[in-house]
Amino acid sequence: MTAAAEPAAPYAEAPRQPDPDVPRTITAPATNGDRVFRGLLRTAGLSVFAIMGLIAFFLILRGAEALKAVGLDFFTEQKWQTQAHNFGIAAVLPNGILIALIALVIAVPVALAAAIFISEYAPVRLRAALISLVDLMAAIPSIVYGLWGLFFLQPRIIGLSRWLSNHVGDAIPFLKVRTGDIGTSYTSSTFIAGVVVSLMIIPIITSLSREVFSQAPQGEREGAFALGSTRWGMVRTVVLPFGRGGVIGAVMLGFGRAMGETIAVALIISPSFRPMTHILENGGNSISALIALRFGESDSLSLSALMAAGLVLFALTLLVNVGAGFVINRSRSGAATAD
Amino acid sequence: MTTLDKAPAEAPAPTAAPTPGSAPEPVATGPERKLKLGGVTREDVFTVLGALVGSLGLDWVLYERVLPFSGALGFLLCWYLLFLVGYYGLGRLQWGGLMVRERLVSVVAWSSGALVLGLIADQIGYVASRGYEAAQHGNFFTETMERTASLSPITSGGAVHAVVGSLEQLGLATLFAVPLGIAAAVFMSEVGGRMARPVRTLVEAMTALPSIVAGLFILGIVILTFGFDKSGFAASLALTVMMMPIVTRAAEVVIRLVPGTLREASYALGGSQWRTVWNVVLPTAKRGLVTAVVLGMARAVGETSPVLLTAGFTSRMNANPFEGHQISLPLYIWSYVKLPVDQMVARAFAAALTLMAVVLILFVTARILGGRAAGEMSRRQKRRMARAERQAAVPRPAAPSFGAAPVAASVAAPADPAVRPSAAAPFRSAVATGEH
Repeated sequence: MTAAAEPAAPYAEAPRQPDPDVPRTITAPATNGDRVFRGLLRTAGLSVFAIMGLIAFFLILRGAEALKAVGLDFFTEQKWQTQAHNFGIAAVLPNGILIALIALVIAVPVALAAAIFISEYAPVRLRAALISLVDLMAAIPSIVYGLWGLFFLQPRIIGLSRWLSNHVGDAIPFLKVRTGDIGTSYTSSTFIAGVVVSLMIIPIITSLSREVFSQAPQGEREGAFALGSTRWGMVRTVVLPFGRGGVIGAVMLGFGRAMGETIAVALIISPSFRPMTHILENGGNSISALIALRFGESDSLSLSALMAAGLVLFALTLLVNVGAGFVINRSRSGAATAD
Repeated sequence: MTTLDKAPAEAPAPTAAPTPGSAPEPVATGPERKLKLGGVTREDVFTVLGALVGSLGLDWVLYERVLPFSGALGFLLCWYLLFLVGYYGLGRLQWGGLMVRERLVSVVAWSSGALVLGLIADQIGYVASRGYEAAQHGNFFTETMERTASLSPITSGGAVHAVVGSLEQLGLATLFAVPLGIAAAVFMSEVGGRMARPVRTLVEAMTALPSIVAGLFILGIVILTFGFDKSGFAASLALTVMMMPIVTRAAEVVIRLVPGTLREASYALGGSQWRTVWNVVLPTAKRGLVTAVVLGMARAVGETSPVLLTAGFTSRMNANPFEGHQISLPLYIWSYVKLPVDQMVARAFAAALTLMAVVLILFVTARILGGRAAGEMSRRQKRRMARAERQAAVPRPAAPSFGAAPVAASVAAPADPAVRPSAAAPFRSAVATGEH
């Protein structure tokens, strides 16, 4: 049939009769051992559902007391006075998101540049070492980031904060520090916490983006070069569009990580329960830092309120992370790697 | 030229004659030479150096003398920005716009790589230099904090109880997380089916679970609901929640790299599925699996917030993770760093140095083990293989005798480790080329 349709290639394939022999489907009966084996593996796989389900269940169970006590005020109240039945996440949550946003603003350009550097510009011999280095950066414990941020970065970054406040603050109001030009006005701020958190999410965004960039099809790269493109032209027209979905997903994952970052934030900020609008000022907060700093309170309502706050954090990060996975899988680069 | 006006600071830097850069230079036609694409010319190097020196000078003048700025960080930031502007100006003098943009981007890319390197080096160096103060005294690794008051000198007290606690909690977490994690990975890649995809999605979401939530979960279930005291065991459960998805994800990637032909060979020889997984898939991926486990351990040992909520605090040695509070290294740092006493902060830094050392050792171990893909051989293995082949060269069995070999035996007891990778190697290369 094919030969009749394409007479140009009669020798390539002789006209073939439709094969009467349909391949037999062979189903081997599973042995008992296999059945047990698969059952065990399936249990292990489904245990992930069990763990996540249990986490949600116990946070709801334990947080119910607090949620019942204040009702929907939990989402509108800014203060955190559990003894007075007057607490909510209306200040803590936005402050935490603000830290995460500052972290993203700093981390995304650096991480993308580093990812492009590793996948496109670095000498091939250095590449493996650089990838390991980024992984190492991800493996550095968050408490070490916290120490570094508190003792090394903070004294050095105050100058920058002061400069921004004094010279840019008049033009951009949220950079203004209103509490007087003394050193402690600039310490323990949302901004410093954001900088430290940005360092912690750089490796995540870098390694995910790099992976996506390195999968950009070789043919299209060569096509761009053949059309006379420079390397940057090739990156701009082939690699970046190919990796767009993956990069968006990576940024979302980084955002989720930044929201959940606890120890470094808790070490640096001085907790405040009003919504921060001026990021360079002393004070700041996030749900995870709140939990880390307040879990010692022993009465059950306080703990319950923390559980409720943890539930909100859990739900938000789960949403962001699943959304990120969805974006990555839907993108072209993600589709290329799925199976 | 307008670009000259833009960058007056670059006057001292070596500049070429201001010819329009876009004009193509005539190529001398001589005997044919091999065209060298890429590479670095002297002009490139001097342009970068010139821009660096010029911008440093301008930065110094502006930052220190003209404008009322201060702070090392701002100085570096301004230097970098001026460098970029200066490099653009210098480049514009010699090259066309397209070329300048290309070089500018490559400079930015290189500097981002240098920034990441610098950050890591700075962190490790800073923690090491601050931690040395307390860690140089041997008592830090032999004593606990039991008899140490807050103002005691640095030569008393230590963190041995925290080291013991960290190791025990890590060991228990590894014990729980590794079988579960690897089984889940094998489920996703070998059993598959309808549930594999949701499990994978959830494992990915779980990797990014905020560590404090893992701590809260264990606090809520083990301590508040079942009424146990805070203990090292509870902490290890929290660490398990953090570690398991990391192991699962890394292990799945490695198991997927095992060539399908190896599985098919096992099935063709009559092996059942669990025999295939146990004797073919897992041994082939062994190296990668160990890497996955060690990476998970490196992540778990540094987790602070799950331990913070579940382990409790003690200044005494408690080697029993099942009873009583048990401190670990991250918790030790967290507890002492906030005290307004220099010795305590020094001890916290020494503990951070110890923790970093543990993480680094685990990490390097993982890299050394996992530098290669499944089935790929190290140099030593290759040498051993070659020797084995030379020895076996003379009495090499003819092809048909392979078919006569006992089938079940070769599946149930795979050949010795020196030979197995050789079977995997050609398939591995086939997979590798297929991927790209």
